[in-house]
Amino acid sequence: MLEKFRALRAEHAAVSAAGRDPFGVAFDTVLSATEAVLEGRRVLLLGTNNYLGLTFDPDCIEDAAEAVRSLGTGTTGSRIANGTYGGHAALEARLARFLGRRSAMVFTTGYQANLGALAALAGRGDHLLLDADSHASIYDGARLSAAQVTRFRHNDPDDLRRRLRHLSSQPGEKLIVAEGIYSMLGDTAPLREIVEVKREAGAWLLVDEAHSLGVLGESGRGLAEAEGVEAEVDFVVGTFSKSLGAIGGFLASDLDGFDALRLSARAYMFTASLPPSTVASVTRAIEVMEARPELREALRRNGQRLHAGLSAAGFMLGAMPSPIVSLPMPDRERAVLFWNRLLEAGVYANLALGPATPGGKPLLRMSVSALLTPAQIDAAVLAVARTGEALGLIGTALEAAE
Amino acid sequence: MLDEQAALREITAALEESGKLTGPVTMETSILHDLNLDSVGAIDFVMLLETRLDTVIPMDRMAEIETIGDLVRVLTSQASAAN
Repeated sequence: MLEKFRALRAEHAAVSAAGRDPFGVAFDTVLSATEAVLEGRRVLLLGTNNYLGLTFDPDCIEDAAEAVRSLGTGTTGSRIANGTYGGHAALEARLARFLGRRSAMVFTTGYQANLGALAALAGRGDHLLLDADSHASIYDGARLSAAQVTRFRHNDPDDLRRRLRHLSSQPGEKLIVAEGIYSMLGDTAPLREIVEVKREAGAWLLVDEAHSLGVLGESGRGLAEAEGVEAEVDFVVGTFSKSLGAIGGFLASDLDGFDALRLSARAYMFTASLPPSTVASVTRAIEVMEARPELREALRRNGQRLHAGLSAAGFMLGAMPSPIVSLPMPDRERAVLFWNRLLEAGVYANLALGPATPGGKPLLRMSVSALLTPAQIDAAVLAVARTGEALGLIGTALEAAE
Repeated sequence: MLDEQAALREITAALEESGKLTGPVTMETSILHDLNLDSVGAIDFVMLLETRLDTVIPMDRMAEIETIGDLVRVLTSQASAAN
């Protein structure tokens, strides 16, 4: 039964042979949003997506603790079977208010939000148009739907337009799916152009703001807010596991009849709902995100500082400054070596390998938190630069990998 | 409408253009094994072909494609459906 994984096992063993298993790092403990302990040593966390650093926010922790004491550890079932707790409905109302949407529904993870939304929205005879660099949850949601799925070139509105033109004679709804910030490189979607194509084709648009919620836009509502096109985005998907520091996902919209999705999105119907503690901390995290715009400003500054520091050190960086900074690696072997050496130097980043990366190319991926101090970022830049120098990867080698 | 020989010629030309042509290509050539493309590379190559031929291949049809012959059959049927 497991024989088919022989090649995968061999690949994993080869990746792990250079040192640690990059996909199985087990911290002794986590100290804060920016530091953890690994094998008795403090390491700087530069690969957490903990954008606003809210995992240790005292108010979020207090509300979560109060909820677990008063309502228990879990709901032990789905909302359609076991019922909705007051907190679930209150969170949905609060989230809808924050997003300026008529309706919102909460899923147990961000992955499930895409699974549930795409599979329910796009049915047989409909068409899903996915950006080629979409997250796995979008691809999986598309596979679960009965719709015809078409990929368009990453961030290429003209390719999207061409494909929609081909599909124009076919019946069924067309739903375009894009992401606010793409997680691997930190680049954003050309949303205004996509909206133009959407209008021309009479299609619908869903934007996954997983990495852009709390990060982009004056109020932190994401890329659609930053680009001024929220009215043209029909569906917003997002997660609570990044800027909001917990776990869970959501779908929001202004459309009439939205609640039918509660009886058709299987990833909502057939899984246990979020526990009261998570609902409480997320509800509070939305308050904190609204009340403290300075966190978003600190995040922006930190992304710029890391980006500028690495550029000055001689690294060639692809995307514009954002909370995600990725270094393209020339090959898998040196990517693994880089990741291991960097961890030895006290910095935890993400090793990203194909097929999860654009073009299947290996990346050393870093993401910053608003709570990182300038000194911590400078220390990280120094460690990355020294590692790059030691491996002969500054300048030419990385440039060649672009 | 694209016939099989024309589709094969287009595929060969596209492989050459993308630097993936390693030898003669026949209907039996395996895309993953003989052309040294991984799954990501194969999908990107299909996207390049879609642009070149101004057609669209739905993702569910990708599962049918193992050899160049499979790709030719998908391309010829898609082209006729699109026209």
